[in-house]
Amino acid sequence: MPTIFEWEKPLVELEEKINELRTFVYEQGIDFRDELNDLERKADKLRKEIYERLTPWQRVRMARHPDRPTALDYIKMIFDDFYELHGDRRFGDDQAIVGGIAILDGEPVTVIGPQKGRDTKENIIRNFGLPHPEGYRKALRLMKQAEQFHRPIITLIDVVGAYPGIEAEQRGQGLVIAECIEQMSFLEVPIVCIITGEGGSGGALAIGVGDRVLMLEHSWYSVISPEMCATILWKDANKAPEAAELLKLTSTDLLKFGIIDDVITEPIGGAHRDHEGTGRQVKAFLRRHLSEIRKISVDELVNQRLERFRKFGEFQAKKLAETVD
Amino acid sequence: MLHVFRNKPKYATVRTTKADQEVEANGAQPRKNADQLWTRCDDCSSLIYNKELQKNRYVCHHCGFCFRMSAVERLQLLTDECMFTPFDALVSANPLDFPGYPEKIAHYQNITQLDEAILIGEAKIEGYSCVLGIIDFGFIGGSMGSVVGEQIARGFEHGIAKELPVVVVSGGGGGARMQEGIFSLMQMAKTAQAVGRFKRAGLFYLSILTHPTMGGIYASFASLGDIILAEPKALIGFAGPRIVAQTTRQKLPPDFQTAEYALKHGMIDGIVTRSEMKATIGKLLSFHL
Repeated sequence: MPTIFEWEKPLVELEEKINELRTFVYEQGIDFRDELNDLERKADKLRKEIYERLTPWQRVRMARHPDRPTALDYIKMIFDDFYELHGDRRFGDDQAIVGGIAILDGEPVTVIGPQKGRDTKENIIRNFGLPHPEGYRKALRLMKQAEQFHRPIITLIDVVGAYPGIEAEQRGQGLVIAECIEQMSFLEVPIVCIITGEGGSGGALAIGVGDRVLMLEHSWYSVISPEMCATILWKDANKAPEAAELLKLTSTDLLKFGIIDDVITEPIGGAHRDHEGTGRQVKAFLRRHLSEIRKISVDELVNQRLERFRKFGEFQAKKLAETVD
Repeated sequence: MLHVFRNKPKYATVRTTKADQEVEANGAQPRKNADQLWTRCDDCSSLIYNKELQKNRYVCHHCGFCFRMSAVERLQLLTDECMFTPFDALVSANPLDFPGYPEKIAHYQNITQLDEAILIGEAKIEGYSCVLGIIDFGFIGGSMGSVVGEQIARGFEHGIAKELPVVVVSGGGGGARMQEGIFSLMQMAKTAQAVGRFKRAGLFYLSILTHPTMGGIYASFASLGDIILAEPKALIGFAGPRIVAQTTRQKLPPDFQTAEYALKHGMIDGIVTRSEMKATIGKLLSFHL
């Protein structure tokens, strides 16, 4: 059973009606062309109405759609070859983050991304896409390896957050995130980060320090999830829709803030409705941005990356009059 | 992120500052005088006479638990005759137009008498010049918004320019400043990069973790020290204990996320009591001249 959101229901019903009529026309050989065209036009209008007016919360829900492409789906669609590499060489292999070497336009690149499962069984193996420290250490190992062999790095980010578990804390979850952020910042290779679904706080930023940061249209990126924000503000996780508004976490907001460099438009109705179409879009954007940053010298690239993050923040110098105590 | 996870005090706690009173009273009736004479230790539950506690630098004389102290009190504790030249003051903007945020800032400025959750500048500790930053829990849980991030970055840049070591006391680093959303998150990158540049310049960064250092502050500059020290029994970690308990549905180890736990698991270099902190900092600075 595919997941259908309540706001999509009128459209899905209409689409079903059109399909029924089509089958009927085909079987009976009756000419209903005008009626069909009419209905199609109506459907188009409805689609526009629904998807152009999505609220931030609706977009968060789209980002979490169970049929949304995962990291491995994107890897299959975008790259010509992929060889997965495992383990952090310290503790274990975290299945919640996948990574390896892939070929893009004939050239090797390193690809890394948190991996969510499609069903319960897979989700248990993948820990619902919530990485442990060894996952981030694997990511860091692969990034350093990419630097050694002058391969560009591409991260595909879809993660609610780093796993909040006893063992995760024991093995230094906070510390490893800090190390990832710091070391990624100085890598002497081009880095493109793409937020494909959820960009949840430090767990996303740990693999999100890029020369270009792109976001799929219906993805979110913030310091806290809407549910958690709602719990803090109103002690009620059910008010997440309101919190989603306040947090300004959509691709539209973040492009306006200059936090991201580009929004990758999704096929109408969202990535889950058309994997192939989404894959093509992501590939086109990735190619364009990667080719642009590949032209920049390595020293300049690292400088620009540091400058990019250095300028984020909004504050004012305290007015002189106020400084008198 | 911390104020989500912060354990609500179950008992009357010490009023170290006006801020603490405000934070904990939280609109409740003004507390009676009797409550303010005694404090129950968060850790060992002993009753401590408040005057005694103040004299003992807010350390429980039964178990050694270090109560929170304000940034100003910490500054007095660590610097030589309060030799401290603060950086230019910065105040928060409201990048998300988050409702009630400017009022919240004004409120905390009023009760803490600080501009933001950080006190930072050039200081002298045991005769050694350094950049000293202190996070104050009393200011919105010591959370990191744009100002804290910027000041930390400036601290390390100042350290590079003047070839000075940097000491940061993440005294109650709450984590993220939710009201600044993505801008708060970006401070993790900004501060981690500032540390990275500083280290590459061959300079020494001492990170001191006090109760509690969690979330975004722990997962950025606080855990990137060349040497990391902690106060006894300080809460140190990424996810708050309540979230961990809820997510895993497991019973947490009794010493979970304490400084002792962090030391046992190899995350910090040592635990230093409050009374020995200044001398220890001085010694470590002397090793890195």
